[in-house]
Amino acid sequence: MSTFLKNASMHRSLMIGGVLTLLLLSVAVLSLFWTPWSPTAIDIANKLKGPSAKHWLGTDHLGRDVLSMLMSGSQISIIVGFLAVSVGLLVGVALGALASTYRGWVEELIMRMSDFSIAFPIIITAVLLTAILGPGTVNSILAIGLFNIPIFARITRGAANAAWAREYVMAAQTCGKGRLRITIEHVLPNISGALIVQATILFAVAILAEAALSFLGLGTQPPEPSWGKMLNNAQTFVGLAPHLAIFPGLAIALSVMGLNLIGDGLRDVLDPKLARAR
Amino acid sequence: MLQVKNLNITIAGATRDISIVKDVSFELDAGRSLGVVGESGSGKSMTALALMGLLPGAIRASGSINLAGQELLALSEQEMCSVRGNKVAMIFQEPMTSLNPVQTIGRQVAEPLVLHKAMTRTAAREETIRLLDRVGIPDAARRLDVYPHQLSGGQRQRVMIAIALSCSPNVLVADEPTTALDVTVQRQILDLLRELVSETRMALIIISHDLGVIGEMVDEMLVMYGGSVVERGHADQVFAKPAHPYTSRLIEAIPRFGMPRSERLKTIPGTMPEMGSEMKACIFAGRCDLVYADCLEAPPPFVSVDDAHVAACIRAGRVMETTQ
Repeated sequence: MSTFLKNASMHRSLMIGGVLTLLLLSVAVLSLFWTPWSPTAIDIANKLKGPSAKHWLGTDHLGRDVLSMLMSGSQISIIVGFLAVSVGLLVGVALGALASTYRGWVEELIMRMSDFSIAFPIIITAVLLTAILGPGTVNSILAIGLFNIPIFARITRGAANAAWAREYVMAAQTCGKGRLRITIEHVLPNISGALIVQATILFAVAILAEAALSFLGLGTQPPEPSWGKMLNNAQTFVGLAPHLAIFPGLAIALSVMGLNLIGDGLRDVLDPKLARAR
Repeated sequence: MLQVKNLNITIAGATRDISIVKDVSFELDAGRSLGVVGESGSGKSMTALALMGLLPGAIRASGSINLAGQELLALSEQEMCSVRGNKVAMIFQEPMTSLNPVQTIGRQVAEPLVLHKAMTRTAAREETIRLLDRVGIPDAARRLDVYPHQLSGGQRQRVMIAIALSCSPNVLVADEPTTALDVTVQRQILDLLRELVSETRMALIIISHDLGVIGEMVDEMLVMYGGSVVERGHADQVFAKPAHPYTSRLIEAIPRFGMPRSERLKTIPGTMPEMGSEMKACIFAGRCDLVYADCLEAPPPFVSVDDAHVAACIRAGRVMETTQ
């Protein structure tokens, strides 16, 4: 563990990503207790104001404080990202592991099903789902999670198949262990690195997807603040009050970049072979 | 105790089946050791995997593998799981990669005990310390919680042997157990294996392309070429008087200590016939310098040249005479 921490602290992109993500998390936690203003407090008299000492990042078309909205909006982003990745991780890894454990028709069935669902872009899946279930945060989590399942299934199956070809798995087989048991005890722990990396990257994708869905009006519904919806509202006033688009855009970009940098950094740190090659 | 009869291994091909091991037969008693030699692709590792019931997907074994009255080829995968690691165990060529890098060695050695002997974790832990101690891991009790990367190659191979021994198997299959180790460690591991065979009365099958290893380790040997057994007999007899031209050439090809520098190392010209090529002639005919017209007519039968010493060569007697 200590060598892991040492390697991690040596890695610049991991450090930058870590700081950005930590910032995102602390802002979300802080917003649970304190925001400069109430993110839903309307003050029409002070609408569309630029950044000032009173409203650091300005106000929107209803006079709401942009900083406060951004801060509470981060909660939604994190919750959606976390839950969507969890859904994808749990179901996808289970399916991928099952495919590589039993091979044959089980593998064919699972992989063809994931090919099928991967053929639909995330937005189409989400629009389809919200058309059936109605828009909302829970349904956008479901939509993004559903989209993550085949991605995790493919990654898991690929990495697990490679692990099955390793000598220690063969050695475990000569001890008389069943295939499912070998998958759980030997294969999954050895591919966890690849899965963690994929999870952080898909976390970023999920934040982006949530913003996109809210932008389209399919995700989080008013009055709950969300970054995507802030961007959507900002459209009309881009010429008048560009800060309304800039700050949520920056928040999304920085969060996604932070998570991507963590993903890249973890890949290097968790895979010593790759790190040495660089 | 272990009887292998007419073991054939085939790969199911798109148009026809490709035969990679043909009619391998041998017997092995408890406490005896058998060496299987042959070059890459001679089918020796496939034979070992067939014994473990671990042939990959499209590869099928037929014939008979009888272990202490149990027909292994007839067992279901589930039944085979209770045999593997329990009655037959195996160690591999690469100790560096044969242990799970993310589990402690204590856990990995204890695993078969919990699995087959239904031991509790605590009892298995005690037994693990005894096993690690037996295979020569110093300070075994403290090494239980060590991860594989903290051990040297020789120590890892010792751990592999401890895992293989844990359930006192009837047969231990060692596939090139010392190829990846340096010479001094190689010697220690071979000595350990030899001690364990005489101590536990298990049967040992060593697969190697190194005649030196085979020569000093085993009671009987099997020489394989192109998927077939070409010679079988007591190791001493085979080494002293090889009866198949291939064995004879293999032995001549071993570099001798103190041979003059001007002398070139002997080789066997040519390459092994392609896998699955249908053989009407003797399989070695293409590389043999004793080839006669009738060698090309039909595959040669086994010729008995001595007590329990047979060779698949119609000139077996002549080969024996010509070797010095």
